[in-house]
Amino acid sequence: MGWKFTNTAFNDLFAGLTEDYIILAPKRFVNRGRFSDTDLIRYDEVKKSDDIIWKEKSTFSPKEAVFPVTQTLFYFTEEAFREPQPEEKQYLVFLRPCDINGIRRPDTINLKNGPEPDSYYANLRKRVRFVMIECTESFDNCFCVSMKSNITSDYDMAVRLTDDKVLLEIKNDDFLRYIRSDIPKIEFRPEFVLENKIKVNVPEVDEMPAGVYEHEMWNEYKSRCIACGRCNTTCVTCTCHTTNDIFYDDNSLAGERRRTWASCHVDGFTDMAGGISFRKDNGSRMRFKVLHKIYDYRKRFGEHMCVGCGRCDDNCPEYISYSGCINTLNKVIRETVS
Amino acid sequence: MTLDVNTKAVVKNAYRITKHRGKTALRIRIPGGYLKAKHFDLLKEIAEVYGDGIVHLTTRQGFEISGIDYSSIPKVNSLINPLLQDLEIDIGVIIKDTSNGYPSAGTRNIAACIGNRVCPFANYNTTALAQRIEKEIYPNDYHVKVALTGCPNDCIKSRMNDFGIVGMVEPQYDYQRCIGCEACVKNCKSNVTGALSLHKGKVKRDARRCIGCGECILKCPTAAWTRNPVKFYDILIMGRTGKKNPRIAEEFIQWADEDVVIKVIKNTYRFIDEHIDKTLPKEHIGYIVDRTGYQVFRDKALEDIKLNPEARIAKNIQWGGFRYSSDVFMSDKLQ
Repeated sequence: MGWKFTNTAFNDLFAGLTEDYIILAPKRFVNRGRFSDTDLIRYDEVKKSDDIIWKEKSTFSPKEAVFPVTQTLFYFTEEAFREPQPEEKQYLVFLRPCDINGIRRPDTINLKNGPEPDSYYANLRKRVRFVMIECTESFDNCFCVSMKSNITSDYDMAVRLTDDKVLLEIKNDDFLRYIRSDIPKIEFRPEFVLENKIKVNVPEVDEMPAGVYEHEMWNEYKSRCIACGRCNTTCVTCTCHTTNDIFYDDNSLAGERRRTWASCHVDGFTDMAGGISFRKDNGSRMRFKVLHKIYDYRKRFGEHMCVGCGRCDDNCPEYISYSGCINTLNKVIRETVS
Repeated sequence: MTLDVNTKAVVKNAYRITKHRGKTALRIRIPGGYLKAKHFDLLKEIAEVYGDGIVHLTTRQGFEISGIDYSSIPKVNSLINPLLQDLEIDIGVIIKDTSNGYPSAGTRNIAACIGNRVCPFANYNTTALAQRIEKEIYPNDYHVKVALTGCPNDCIKSRMNDFGIVGMVEPQYDYQRCIGCEACVKNCKSNVTGALSLHKGKVKRDARRCIGCGECILKCPTAAWTRNPVKFYDILIMGRTGKKNPRIAEEFIQWADEDVVIKVIKNTYRFIDEHIDKTLPKEHIGYIVDRTGYQVFRDKALEDIKLNPEARIAKNIQWGGFRYSSDVFMSDKLQ
């Protein structure tokens, strides 16, 4: 079922939704971009539809909605601990199909990887609903079609924005009560992008040939990669984090357990007791990440981790193309196998 | 006919008295070093038809066209009209008679690094500010050098100028977004002033040590550091080269906003009016401040200015620099 809104009426819809939901969407932070006189676009709370950036890709992904950069798991004192009280409202996240498919990866890692789901993740995740932003044209660096993440049905509502109207599909009847009776009904089914400018040939091998791990193709990244971690922090599917107990400065007997994103490219990621660490050169970090995104994860969970949102390629300050690397890898594997 | 040239008038008109009798050289003023490529046709024509075919790139980002006959000055002045129009009048500079070339040459071309139009490090649009300052201070006969640089790397070497305007950005920290990767901390320690330190997985910034370069923002992979959209400037004063006491400029006001920059520079011209030694053919601003002392300059420069709350003023300035008069470290041998 669909509805047709004027822009004004669609903004009015937000007034109702914000009573019950914290709405998260790509938002513009004017002049807060990395470089002077540039803007930052990232997910944050919006109060009206006009605040949403519809036509540009956000630098950071919507995974922040389900997986905050810093999350306090519980506070502790000498004899007790307590989890932070959750927000009363639920979350409504506006995101594109690739990102909806992308969040299935943190879901899998946190809820299905091991005997027990991660309760901290689960508690937040169950309060998040999706509004799909229809996406029929690629941005630069998108390769969702190659990663088969261009299409999804996992959303409660879907929205198409045109210059003078907004079309909304509602799949979850819970949201019908927010629709004013004067909003005209129409037939609307969102469409999906079916071709990207960037095409990636993902190697489909059951066992990675041993020669790939030591292949010289990784060597160039030793010097090119600066281990900044942007490919990880902007990725919708990276879920690595580190857990720390923080003891407060003013009272070292009280504190909190906190988890924070980690990055497999950044120094210290593999540090272990005894001063041991692995993958010291940045080339092997690149190899680790790439093979995890398009090989290890699939072996375990049946689909590739990478969804082809292209944010790693958008944001690498050294112009390292991850998608280009996969294509190279594919060639290397073919040569190795034959 | 024997040449009869009013050298004072010629110099004021931005022409040089050269070593070659009968030949002069024109300095083209290019505020902020920002020149549309189309003007090269005109520079080429003047150099090849009226000059010796050579265009010298000056240290202050102008062009000096040499080998021009004094008699060609009126013709050359009429030819440079499009330059005056585009580079001066169109940015708001008032030049009453546009057919007679440059109205003055004392206040030198405002030099600027390429700024945030291109450079990732720059904290502001140096071109735009150069043009704004040019509008406020040109034409003027007083000998004042202003240079603008986008960040404390100071690629334009603004510290060698009477005024160096260095772009500053206040990095604002979102504790929740920081992953403690230390990219900012390590960089600040190795390349800047070590204003950042890691504390329990998060970053602390020592505001007194921070020079507002913005490198932490550039390094941050999560946008935990972002820019305060308000732009700030470090106003460096009274640097110079020269034969008496070359020295680098020192900080006068840190974290000044743009209006303060403009007003301080304008007030400085009033200070010169009051204190310049009128018995001399010219006197550089830095030497005037040497005579009056910093405090007298400061009070005049800040007159009627409402400082933005973030601004910090130097209580005192002790310029160092080199003094040619001192030869205690030189050997006794004289040529």
